[in-house]
Amino acid sequence: MTTMQSEPDDRGPEPHWTLAGLSQGLRLVLPVLPGVAVFGAAFGAVAAQKGLSFSEAVLMSTIVFAGASQLVAMEIWSGHMTLGLITTLALVTAVVNMRMLLMSASLRPWLGPLPPWQVYPMLTVITDMSWINAIRYRRQGGADAGVLLGASLAVWIVWVPVTVFGYLGGALIADPRRFGLDLIVPIYFVAMLMPIWPGPRRAIPWAVAGLVALVVERVVPGWWFIICGALAGAVSGGFVDDRK
Amino acid sequence: MTANDVLPYAAVLAICAMSAATQLMRLGGYWLMGHVPITPRMRKMLEALPGSVIVALVLPVVVKTGPTAYFAVGAVIVSMLLRRNEFLAVGIGVAVATLCRIYGL
Repeated sequence: MTTMQSEPDDRGPEPHWTLAGLSQGLRLVLPVLPGVAVFGAAFGAVAAQKGLSFSEAVLMSTIVFAGASQLVAMEIWSGHMTLGLITTLALVTAVVNMRMLLMSASLRPWLGPLPPWQVYPMLTVITDMSWINAIRYRRQGGADAGVLLGASLAVWIVWVPVTVFGYLGGALIADPRRFGLDLIVPIYFVAMLMPIWPGPRRAIPWAVAGLVALVVERVVPGWWFIICGALAGAVSGGFVDDRK
Repeated sequence: MTANDVLPYAAVLAICAMSAATQLMRLGGYWLMGHVPITPRMRKMLEALPGSVIVALVLPVVVKTGPTAYFAVGAVIVSMLLRRNEFLAVGIGVAVATLCRIYGL
């Protein structure tokens, strides 16, 4: 670090764990928790309307714990659950959540040195919100894996109880659009992205990702635009000359 | 046991299948990266990946949503430029989006 600016994200400091990191992660994710809460409550309300039992709604929030896919699942949910429908639900969920494949891949350069038994359990609770916090923290030179875990657990601890509130309280928040909450992820991501703006040259992958995603979104139905755009951006990043 | 009693069990099965699909994604990317050689080029791709995921996720949603999203995201950007406070920025963004919806944009 003395003579040469170290490359963030890969040649950064060795990962470790501290309790301070846990609480730092929690603090970092605080700004988005109110939005998460209303979004989760909206899921609870919709689940009640669609005829899920109370425990089914809570179980889904607990072990699936991925808001967008839970709401999409409610669109195709039916009281008459067949094997075909179960398969469809699993496939749709996989497609909606495929971005997590890329998110967890991007954590490898940082967390790779940690033993797998520490990493994999933690990965089961990552979300968009905690991931972007951790990425930004890493870009700014951080190494404490507790930050990712703290942020993830904070979101999870909010997500499950608000499902209960939404399920019981409901109808008022059944439409997240009304409070602009369908935009909470874009809003939060833009806010989080600005401090890690890499400069115009290294933003070429961002432009490629955006363009490809826009085009694919027009042409291919569903959520593939995220995967196609992100992969295109990453691949182009491999070919950009990033010497300053 | 009536036929109706079988349904909740099938619902639980569906939820477990959804969970398995999601966890496969959460763990899979990390696992995969441990099984491909991390060449310098791969390293650069991984480094470009987070920003690419974010842009690919956000941009189409914003464009598809239209004016409400333009105003909300614009407000977030202005807010972050003036004060680097995510709390404030997210609050302003959601408030602007809500106002736009109230006024029927």
